[in-house]
Amino acid sequence: MAASGENVQLLGIVGSPFVCRVQIALKLKGVEYEFVEQTLGQKSELLLKYNPVHKKVPVLAHNEKPIAESLVILEYIDETWKSNPILPSEPYQRAMARFWSKFIDDKVVDTTWKSVFTVEEEEREKRIEELSEALQFLENELKDKFFGGEEFGLVDIAAVFVAFYVPLFQEIAGLHLFTAEKFPKLYDWSQDFLNHPVVKESLPPRDPLFAFFKGRYESLTASK
Amino acid sequence: MADEVVLLDFWASPFGMRVRIALAEKGINYEYKEEDLRNKSPLLLQSNPVHKKIPVLIHNGKPIAESLIAVQYIDEVWNDASPLLPSDPYQRAQARFWADYVDKKIYEIGRNIIWKKNEEREAAKKEFIDCLKLLEEQLGDKTYFGGDKLGYVDIALVPFYTWFKGYETLGNFNIESECPKLIAWAKRCLQKESVSKSLHDQDKIYESIVEIRKKLGIE
Repeated sequence: MAASGENVQLLGIVGSPFVCRVQIALKLKGVEYEFVEQTLGQKSELLLKYNPVHKKVPVLAHNEKPIAESLVILEYIDETWKSNPILPSEPYQRAMARFWSKFIDDKVVDTTWKSVFTVEEEEREKRIEELSEALQFLENELKDKFFGGEEFGLVDIAAVFVAFYVPLFQEIAGLHLFTAEKFPKLYDWSQDFLNHPVVKESLPPRDPLFAFFKGRYESLTASK
Repeated sequence: MADEVVLLDFWASPFGMRVRIALAEKGINYEYKEEDLRNKSPLLLQSNPVHKKIPVLIHNGKPIAESLIAVQYIDEVWNDASPLLPSDPYQRAQARFWADYVDKKIYEIGRNIIWKKNEEREAAKKEFIDCLKLLEEQLGDKTYFGGDKLGYVDIALVPFYTWFKGYETLGNFNIESECPKLIAWAKRCLQKESVSKSLHDQDKIYESIVEIRKKLGIE
């Protein structure tokens, strides 16, 4: 709950996987916040004021003090609102959680994008191979119901990209990369995660997002 | 039980230097293992199977890869003295933000100055200076990014100072004339033993860059 006098704003775009991460965390902790919708392609004055360095969403403003970068925001949220912790308390487990969250940012997000939106076939094939390897690492890492154990944590939240966006993008491109056959544990995890009430509430509507990216994919492949 | 701390590293790596500084700040005894990056040891491949890169910190047999993650780990385990991150959550978030900025910008753009040519190199130089100026602005009038004491952002950034001669010579520009406050900051950091013992000098690093370029047949 927002304490009296607390003001929490989230500058975001519906559909952004990075914004989605922050929404999951805020909802998990029951933090009341105002979603300040930004328009794709336009940088509002507030956004430029709160994130002059990168000019991107998400930005969390807590009592008008801004924090940018989704993983930085998630750690801040965890340190500020203590219910339902996202990070483990033990230092080595915390380091592992940070490692795998960073892995998703470094090895999965961009690779997924490039495995769909690269025109040159050989280059695209390489990215698909890289994505497959990255998913295998995650598959091997999953030991419990969630990456965070019995309850979801930082890595699961970062991996909303894997659960929701990878299947969306692969459907658009006609890839069969992330399947229950190839990655059984990861697939089961994705279903458990997406069906968790807090996560369900935080996901963007799938159809408009699908239509938007399908449109972009089609114009890219048409122009080949 | 005595702590066993091992660092798998490469002498010229700015990422390795970060971990060295953190260990030195905390007064931790550790075994330094130099890796031949063209012939990586079984220990390295086993300790960091995902990225196969240095630095890797191994604490009582448990490996931690990624320099900033290792630095945070060091700060959390050896938390009795010399805190590297601020205690206030907002300040911590700012420190993490700026360290992430260094990661995203300084290394990549610096690499482009060294390895690219002509317009690409010129563009990289300009962007590099802009980034350093932004960091200088962040520093303001503080002694360190961490305030009165060396902190997380200082540790993230200062190792790149050892590469400045390389960037300057190959890029044909002078960083001190553009960012005098930042150079002054770097020199202040080097007055600390934890930093001076962890970094190598610019000439040595520059020579190794020249050697690699020769080997690759780049003029």
